[in-house]
Amino acid sequence: MSTATANSAASPAVSGLDYDDTALTLALPGSSSAADRNKRAADHDDKPPSPKARAVGWPPVRTYRRNALRDDEAKLVKVAVDGAPYLRKVDLAAHDGYAALLRALHAMFASCLHADGAARKLVDAATGAEYVPTYEDKDGDWMLVGDVPFKMFVDSCKRIRLMKSSEAVNLSPRTSLR
Amino acid sequence: MTYFPEEVVEHIFSFLPSHSDRNTVSLVCKVWYEVERLSRRSVFVGNCYAIRPERAVLRFPNVRALTVKGKPHFADFNLVPPDWGGYAGPWIEAAARSCAGLEELRMKRMVVSDENLELLARSFPRFKALVLISCEGFSTDGLAAIASHCKLLRELDLQENDVDDRGPRWLSFFPDSCTSLVSLNFACIKGEVNSGALERLVARSPNLRSLRLNRSVSVDTLTKILARTPNLEDLGTGNLTDEFQHESYAKLASVLDKCKMLKSLSGFWDASPSCVPFIYPLCHQLTGLNLSYAPTLDYSDLTKMVSRCVKLQRLWVLDCISDKGLQVVATSCKDLQELRVFPSDFYVAGYSAVTEEGLVAISSGCRKLSSLLYFCHQMTNDALNTVAENCPNFIRFRLCILEPKKPDAMTGQPLDEGFGAIVRKCKGLRRLSMSGLLTDKVFMYIGEYAKQLEMLSIAFAGDSDKGMMHVMNGCKHLRKLEIRDSPFGDGALLGNVAKYETMRSLWMSSCNVTFKGCQVLASMMPMLNVEIMNELVGSSEMEENHGDHSKVDKLYVYRTTAGARDDAPNFVKIL
Repeated sequence: MSTATANSAASPAVSGLDYDDTALTLALPGSSSAADRNKRAADHDDKPPSPKARAVGWPPVRTYRRNALRDDEAKLVKVAVDGAPYLRKVDLAAHDGYAALLRALHAMFASCLHADGAARKLVDAATGAEYVPTYEDKDGDWMLVGDVPFKMFVDSCKRIRLMKSSEAVNLSPRTSLR
Repeated sequence: MTYFPEEVVEHIFSFLPSHSDRNTVSLVCKVWYEVERLSRRSVFVGNCYAIRPERAVLRFPNVRALTVKGKPHFADFNLVPPDWGGYAGPWIEAAARSCAGLEELRMKRMVVSDENLELLARSFPRFKALVLISCEGFSTDGLAAIASHCKLLRELDLQENDVDDRGPRWLSFFPDSCTSLVSLNFACIKGEVNSGALERLVARSPNLRSLRLNRSVSVDTLTKILARTPNLEDLGTGNLTDEFQHESYAKLASVLDKCKMLKSLSGFWDASPSCVPFIYPLCHQLTGLNLSYAPTLDYSDLTKMVSRCVKLQRLWVLDCISDKGLQVVATSCKDLQELRVFPSDFYVAGYSAVTEEGLVAISSGCRKLSSLLYFCHQMTNDALNTVAENCPNFIRFRLCILEPKKPDAMTGQPLDEGFGAIVRKCKGLRRLSMSGLLTDKVFMYIGEYAKQLEMLSIAFAGDSDKGMMHVMNGCKHLRKLEIRDSPFGDGALLGNVAKYETMRSLWMSSCNVTFKGCQVLASMMPMLNVEIMNELVGSSEMEENHGDHSKVDKLYVYRTTAGARDDAPNFVKIL
């Protein structure tokens, strides 16, 4: 599995990563990630692989089959980050609360953001801009993530956008992320 | 031939079995081109972006059956980002304008909306068959439109689609006058259906031969339905959980007993082991059995069923069957042609109850085996060699060792020799998918021996550009090449550019091709679309820092007469 993780260093798995290994200690973008990509061809990974870490889309099993064999229904929603070229999908049902979900979002976009652990915000290391997780609910309104109980959020969330906090001022006020 | 009246030429063409034969005769002369195109009834478009829909429908205005495929195969494994493309809309709209006689539409890996389905339902008065495989973007509302308006509907076959469930009412939209159904498959619909409406629909469909229910359909409903369909040939059950009384199962057993034509069985959602004995009376007549969605059945349940299936030709099963269970398959199912063994656990790295021993046993007992998909824990060169000796008739051979780059479990060597044996002995091999530790050598074997190979899937394999070059130069019939996480770069990409004109497509992700290499390819080959997808936010920074030598995350190259597509999202760059 070791070279799998080395090769996908720039493309973290959507879910299943062992967060203790990856969260908050990821290298900031623009430094080692660039070096990693250039070394990818020649290098083998030095450290032992995390047993749960795996490449995206491996083993090659259709999403339909993966979902059908789960005990619970997956709730997949698209995630966009302002400025990132394309979307990802996250399974809301796979996380038991906001903290776990935020860690997953961070892991997905880790190449361009890092998590500010204390404040539970996502920060672009290059510009220092803060990203705030927001979501579109069933009524089409954009809300800040964290206002309602997690299960209610999972039910009503249609998609997620990590918005620059400067743009998020127009959304409903909140006290703190749970 | 030119002196024959056109009706005679047309009649002669009607005997041509394949699309490629018809394509060939249409090149002979203008008269034949015209006769052929006006009499063509079936059109197959392997890549929806290879030709403009308008052009296809204008050339073949009398088409009755249209098949279109969209996203590349690796989209099945989340390697293609959402919103990439593959929209059904332009095809349905073009057909609606120019081919009023359309009767059948088959689509795979495409994005289909409810509006598209509505348009489809209203535009073709003779529409008979809709088959959607691995599609997304539509809901049960779209299905309601099909049910309401397609008065002659014979086939509604939904395979593994991602369908938004808006409630059970869609099934009730089949009018009372609809009695023409031959095949109905809604196994991928997540929610409940109205069981009364389902029973009534089945009751008024005397021609029903294939019925695949979804998870929500109870044993009682299944029993009522089967009482009405003694001529059913293919059944996908609803759920077969443990919550039922013995009486329910007894009733089910008695109606199953009357289904003498039933040859193919699937479903088994949430199947409880106690339901298994009720299937026994059917086993001896089954040619197809899909147990791959029943993780609750263990080795013992599975083998008790399978050992009775003496006529079985196609078996799909989970790896909980284990090597021992495959041994039972090998001794019982002498007619087996297709075997698929799926992993039951994706989250525990590399573990599976199935190893090379199961495969060797199968090859030894099932000499007619021609199609294999096998997920396993480990493999050896020795085993692959034995398999190749035993089963030289493989047409499709797909082996997935769960842990990438795993070597021969006995010797620690790469698996080059094993796969080499497969391509050497199986002269009719058309599709190959490899895994485990593989060097450039295996590609040398493939280039040299796999002369009929049409599709090759490579992951975490090879050492250098030479590997890919062996394939590009050696496999004369190669149509689709898909590669991930392998060290092939610009040298391989550009080593045989003329080849891409003879292929449908090339996919490369997490390899070593650079932006510059892709630009060169695009400039040398204007009849190709070279699509690049990069992941990082700072990808423009990357280009600044490293210029054209920045690596490309995902590359998709395909031949086309349509030029660059205009529906590409902003993360796709078409060179």
